[in-house]
Amino acid sequence: MYKQLIKFLNITGLTWFVPLAKIAAGENPSLQIRQLWLVMGVPMLAFMVFLGLWSFSASKVNTSLGAIPGPVAVWHEAAGLLDDHFAERAKEAEYYQRQQARNEQKHAEDPAAEIKVRPYNGQATYLDKIFTSLYTVFAGFVIATLIAVPLGLLCGMSPVFNTAINPLVQIFKPVSPLAWLPIVTLVVSAVYVTTSDSWFEKSFLTSAITVTLCSLWPTLINTAVGVSSIDKDLINVGKVLRLGWSTQIKKIVLPSALPYIFTGMRLSLGVGWMVLIAAEMLAQNPGLGKFVWDEFQNGSSNSLGRIMVAVFTIGLIGFALDRIMQSLQNLFSFGRAL
Amino acid sequence: MTDIQININNKTYPTATKPSIANLELSLNSNEFICLVGPSGCGKTTLLNIIAGLDNDYDGEILVGRRHTHPKIGYVFQNPRLLPWRTVRENIELALDRPQPPEVIDALLGAMQLTQAQQVYPERLSLGMSRRVAIIRAFAVDPDVLLMDEPFVSLDAPTARHVRELLLKLWQQRPHTVLFVTHDLREAVALADRLVFLSATPMRAISEIIVPIPRNERNNELAIEAFRQQLLQHHPEIKQLL
Repeated sequence: MYKQLIKFLNITGLTWFVPLAKIAAGENPSLQIRQLWLVMGVPMLAFMVFLGLWSFSASKVNTSLGAIPGPVAVWHEAAGLLDDHFAERAKEAEYYQRQQARNEQKHAEDPAAEIKVRPYNGQATYLDKIFTSLYTVFAGFVIATLIAVPLGLLCGMSPVFNTAINPLVQIFKPVSPLAWLPIVTLVVSAVYVTTSDSWFEKSFLTSAITVTLCSLWPTLINTAVGVSSIDKDLINVGKVLRLGWSTQIKKIVLPSALPYIFTGMRLSLGVGWMVLIAAEMLAQNPGLGKFVWDEFQNGSSNSLGRIMVAVFTIGLIGFALDRIMQSLQNLFSFGRAL
Repeated sequence: MTDIQININNKTYPTATKPSIANLELSLNSNEFICLVGPSGCGKTTLLNIIAGLDNDYDGEILVGRRHTHPKIGYVFQNPRLLPWRTVRENIELALDRPQPPEVIDALLGAMQLTQAQQVYPERLSLGMSRRVAIIRAFAVDPDVLLMDEPFVSLDAPTARHVRELLLKLWQQRPHTVLFVTHDLREAVALADRLVFLSATPMRAISEIIVPIPRNERNNELAIEAFRQQLLQHHPEIKQLL
């Protein structure tokens, strides 16, 4: 049980809690406290120093929107955004309640009356925007993975295909999302006609595809490397057992390359999340990128604070996504260290 | 099971100046246990890879019965080459070309004393255990020829002996034609019906000797040692190979 907990913490990357768990289990406390200080105390101390420096220097810089907000001001903005969210949700609930009461009354007066339920048209809150961003990056990332893994498999297995596609990969890999975006926007506008009941907004599609175009490369390259570096001995095992090529891929090639594929996907998701903010700014997809842009255009006294909140949100979510991918990667590496 | 005839006229690696194998003729009787004995690096692994169809760049022919086909192969490599992401049982299942009742694998696991370890991943196995899994995987194919490339070379003597005894027991239950490569004469005498001695490169068969020790005497170290000494005395050409 205790061993399993430690293993779980290690796999999920929550290594900060390992010393705590060990203390709880009664392992040499002084050693564990030292460990705890090292894994938790030191980073916390560094963070405190950072906050101090920030707080000290922020007040020294004056912009057209007033002084740069310090940590406390940013914290208040974050709380404010959260309050706004709950206020908005309460308003929404109230609206539906009112509507239902009205409709019931109408029904009581005249059972034949037409009853309409109108959706609430409130503003998207900060949490809604976070969700939109996550949804968009996920869509882009899934498309990228679906393209990159099969292509990477082909590259890894066929040197000819690899030689053919390599120049394209090398040319497109370093292209900035800002360069892709106009093209993607125009193509999406030309190809995808939105109507009132369309599944996606154009802005969503543009952002997601831009994420795809920029985040596909790490997965592709890593998959190709993973496949081409498979132990030839294991391939020979498959040959001797006379496995068909699809079985060979399914049972030997893919599992063997899986740790590499996950490393690639982890890098891709990181790139995708970074690219997404820029894409959303320009494509006006109602996520965090648009939030930052709107606040910048808005230019009210608390805009800077809100942008800072967005910066921290973006950072924390990026960190969390990376940790999730790392856990998956650990889970699929079967104890093999890369 | 059919008799198998192997004729390799010439096998030269592209980068080499002289052939690795020249004019090698080998006939395998069905269900015979043959040990190939020769110095390290003489091309024994190359020979097995040719028979297994992993190396097709040679001049020669392999006949199963009278037909030119590749025999169905079970191959125990020098390293066990188990797939690290599959459990012992799943590694063996890989060898079955169609789904079979679980008893088939159960019986093999039991014979190799691995029933307890069937859900374990290869990284947790000892050297001896992973060799035994590799042996089961090769038997599970139900091959025309079982190729074994010095499978016990990195094991300590007692473990090697244990695995060897298990192998012989399994082979007696399920007779197959076996081609077992080794450079350990004692091991060869303990296992084989027939010994084939191979020269250094270019490799060819120098002499063939039938081991007269009855199967129920193969655990008898004294009998094996005695025959080994006798071999070395009467066949001085063997001494240079070891």
